[in-house]
Amino acid sequence: MAKRIETIRLSCFYGSYKAVDDASLVIEPKSVTALIGPSGCGKSTYLRALNRMHEVIPGARVEGSVLLDDVDIYRPDVDPVAVRRTIGMVFQRPNPFPTMSIYDNVAAGLKLNGVRRKSELDDAVERSIKAANLWGEVKDRLGKAGAGLSGGQQQRLCIARAIAVEPAVLLMDEPCSALDPISTLAIEDLISQLKDSYTIVIVTHNMQQAARVSDTTGFFTLRGPGEAGYLVEVDTTTKIFTNPTEQRTEDYITGRFG
Amino acid sequence: MVSGTNGAPDAGPLPPGQASRPGPAGAGVRTRPPADLVGPRRRGDGIFRGLTLSAGIFVLAILVAIAVFLIAKSVPAIAQDKGNFFTTKTWDPDGSKVFGIAALAFGTVLSSVLALILTVPLALGVAIFIVEYAPKRIATFLGYAVDMLAAVPSVVYGLWAVYFLLKRMVPLQVFLADHFGWIPLFADPENRAGQFSQSVLAAALILGVMILPIIAAISREVISQVDPAQREGMLALGATHWEMVRMAVLPPSRPGIVGGIMLGLGRALGETIAIALVIGASFTISPHIMSSGNAIAANIAVKFAEAGSLGRNALIASGLVLFAITLVVNLTARAIIYRAGAVERSAAV
Repeated sequence: MAKRIETIRLSCFYGSYKAVDDASLVIEPKSVTALIGPSGCGKSTYLRALNRMHEVIPGARVEGSVLLDDVDIYRPDVDPVAVRRTIGMVFQRPNPFPTMSIYDNVAAGLKLNGVRRKSELDDAVERSIKAANLWGEVKDRLGKAGAGLSGGQQQRLCIARAIAVEPAVLLMDEPCSALDPISTLAIEDLISQLKDSYTIVIVTHNMQQAARVSDTTGFFTLRGPGEAGYLVEVDTTTKIFTNPTEQRTEDYITGRFG
Repeated sequence: MVSGTNGAPDAGPLPPGQASRPGPAGAGVRTRPPADLVGPRRRGDGIFRGLTLSAGIFVLAILVAIAVFLIAKSVPAIAQDKGNFFTTKTWDPDGSKVFGIAALAFGTVLSSVLALILTVPLALGVAIFIVEYAPKRIATFLGYAVDMLAAVPSVVYGLWAVYFLLKRMVPLQVFLADHFGWIPLFADPENRAGQFSQSVLAAALILGVMILPIIAAISREVISQVDPAQREGMLALGATHWEMVRMAVLPPSRPGIVGGIMLGLGRALGETIAIALVIGASFTISPHIMSSGNAIAANIAVKFAEAGSLGRNALIASGLVLFAITLVVNLTARAIIYRAGAVERSAAV
């Protein structure tokens, strides 16, 4: 199931403004890749380009290519809707659908895929919520609204929702930045478990988090205010945090900059 | 909602100005607070509170005054009615003293409900198109156009209907009578479909045009307020644009849209001049919408000037019924909105 992603000379634009410049990066299947860097460096934009969510914003476009197991997802004959069904996404702020129950939140993606059989939905919902380490907390109130959960529970609900359709890749855009430390820990544990089945890319502001959860780390930064962000280097997480090749990376992770 | 916002300040602790002032001796108060901890007297707060409170009371007072006036004038009139006020169809208070609300109320509700059925899908379509699909410049222009439509005086709509719409409706009427005549609504026993004529259908159409901008404008506002994070969440699950609208945008918008529809219905029920011009003023209860009918507000406008003293009070009694109908509509809308909200509230516990 898990697939490999490779971006080749990927640049992202908002209208005429270039937000990401020429990023080339390989993301291995069944691994966690963390993207770190200062605010405005384009790491979230880059992440959103990986499942064609970037182009949802009016005027946004990309240049270069994104390969999903050797298929360029930006080919004209590729359907962005199908891409997003294959590459799931979890957002910075938990966004369960407020008018839906916990059950319906998790089942939403399956229903979009045309799954209608109750037993099939029940199984998938239970499996996904269990996989998101949320089952014990919500199994008695699946019919209640997801908005009634705590922030950390909501975020795990969103992860359950994303993995219910069994995507090949899971993108996470600062999934813990709105959560308290205990909820953050729960999500990080979950990421380590999910790695066995999914390819995971996580954008984070928190360097300790990147060091804790990821196998590979990519460092983005910008050359100056208002300029495009670019990928400085990518390497194993151990190497990036102990002995990075680039001076700029070292400056960032040691806190001398950014 | 009103009671919630009014009640909040009372339910909370003492206002800061009072809380920091020294209380009476005892009860743990040992030292007077230093001057910088003693709050100033906040007169502005009190004045503002008084102003808003009196505004709230004023609104209630007007409502009560209207209800009292309507009831006071209606009760004697209904007492002198030689027919049954609620079941009689004819309206002759100054002659035979036989008059009743039945035909008028029926026509009012029928034309308004028809107008809603015609308009709601169109208004929702306009709103969804403006927010979700139209390029920005077209959306802005269309938004202004809808607002302009809402600002057209109703008498202008009425004249437009009389001089433009009615004769152009003839082919539509013939088509409906020929093909759907087996539905009582479109049956044409009086053979009126083929001619230029006033009708309940014309009234419903013009009401539909009048309430379209209200419903569209409110729906547009409500739909555009849906959290972008909800839209993105649905798209990221692999929803098409329409699936996203249907599953992530419309459900949270529903209470607001229902509110807009009810506002539109309220306006349709109370509409006077445009209806008086096109509905045809016949006192019958018939499902045939290509025949003429009548409505409460239109009847008041037409009859009031020539009515005698009992006639006027009878018309006021009909106004009371209209008041009651709109009240019921509004309460129903509140109940719908409340129930939609209750699902979320129960989960928040």
